[in-house]
Amino acid sequence: MLTKRLIACFDVVDGRVTKAQQFQDNIDVAPAEELARQLYDDQIDEIIFYDIKASAERRKIDLETVRRVAHHVFVPFTVGGGIRTVDDMFEVLKAGAEKISVDSMAVRNPDIIRAGAEAFGRQCIVLSTQVKRVGVRAGIPSGYEVFIDGAREATGLDALDWVRHGEDLGAGEIVVNSIDCDGTAAGYDLEITRAVADAVNVPIIASGGAGNVDHIADGLTTGGAQAAIISSILYSPRLDRNVGVRELKDGLAARNVPMRPYLP
Amino acid sequence: MIGVIDYRAGNAPSVGYALERLGIEHRLVDTPGQLEDCDRLILPGVGAARATLDSLHASRLVEPLSERVHRDGIPFLGICIGLQVLFEHSEEGDVAALGWIPGTVRRFDDELRVPQIGWNSVHLRRDHPVTATFPDGGHAYFVNSYYASPADPGHVLGETAYGVEFCSIVAHANIVATQFHAEKSGELGLRILSGFAEWIP
Repeated sequence: MLTKRLIACFDVVDGRVTKAQQFQDNIDVAPAEELARQLYDDQIDEIIFYDIKASAERRKIDLETVRRVAHHVFVPFTVGGGIRTVDDMFEVLKAGAEKISVDSMAVRNPDIIRAGAEAFGRQCIVLSTQVKRVGVRAGIPSGYEVFIDGAREATGLDALDWVRHGEDLGAGEIVVNSIDCDGTAAGYDLEITRAVADAVNVPIIASGGAGNVDHIADGLTTGGAQAAIISSILYSPRLDRNVGVRELKDGLAARNVPMRPYLP
Repeated sequence: MIGVIDYRAGNAPSVGYALERLGIEHRLVDTPGQLEDCDRLILPGVGAARATLDSLHASRLVEPLSERVHRDGIPFLGICIGLQVLFEHSEEGDVAALGWIPGTVRRFDDELRVPQIGWNSVHLRRDHPVTATFPDGGHAYFVNSYYASPADPGHVLGETAYGVEFCSIVAHANIVATQFHAEKSGELGLRILSGFAEWIP
């Protein structure tokens, strides 16, 4: 049986994992390589790495850190940030990633999704979306709008229109990252997560807001997601208590969410 | 020395990192001459069948690869798309593949969420040295929209359920291949790579 996935998300600045709140005020957590090694040993299912400043700074991704992390991670590893071309994707794959995440750049140039899927297969292209509840209005029938560049720029795109378009172009997975919930530890935005899960046929990843095991279980059941991105709960210095992968998996299993069993 | 075939659409470095972790001697190979120096070969993959085959043809690797595997009988491990291209035909891009193992590659039913992405259990159908330390029902990481359907059930070593029961490990003579990413399936996946490194067909 296909199980649900717990994905640790690294927001990387200068080779170090940081933790933001609603896409702002990043505080330092640990070197990416060290945290990756620790989470692999804790049997995390997957890691997503965002070079969060590459896109805004219009520079290439930090390949050296990608390479160092890839050396310690024998579970899937997705990398995003500043990917503009198929050649950029190729470099990231050669550095040891399996999947490429595109976000702001895909909004600017949607054809990058098609070109990437053609070159490396649909399963290689993860479309990450930053969505914000803005209310139903002209052009935004779902009430959720897509933002880019670290949630700073509104695009005028409706979230559901965009994910459908992304799937048609060749995205193999879609991350629904709620700007409102990011870093709040108050739970995922289940409404938009569910709406995206119903709108497309590719796997959905819930992101932004998980603060406890009930939130994760809700995202994977009510939210309809196949995977849950977590970060604060694992390592945010802002939380009183961080929770390890094993405790989370045990908690999810107790809530009847199918997970990869923990190996003794 | 294990040669990991490094073609444009592949993820050879990830396989290299896994072998490095296991302390297994290996090198990435991308020219026909380098294949001669290797006594085992791994064909990894993350890409699409057509891109993979085009890339192997463009590097003029298909003939020498076939010679090493069929004429010289060296152990061969295919991973993910490296399993799918071993069959005769793939529905993905409607391409003729290598044809080393009788059978076809089909797309999952659209009623399912496709691609299948995630950890799924692998049920072993018989004993094989490569899977000797892999537990029956153990979980491995899959990323696939297509699955192989071997013509001979005797070639099925492992099976996994996703809408259908499909062949997740195929084995035939000196060839073994996993649909899942052995290099990305945690410690259980590393056990498959270790098993392959020691396998004497």
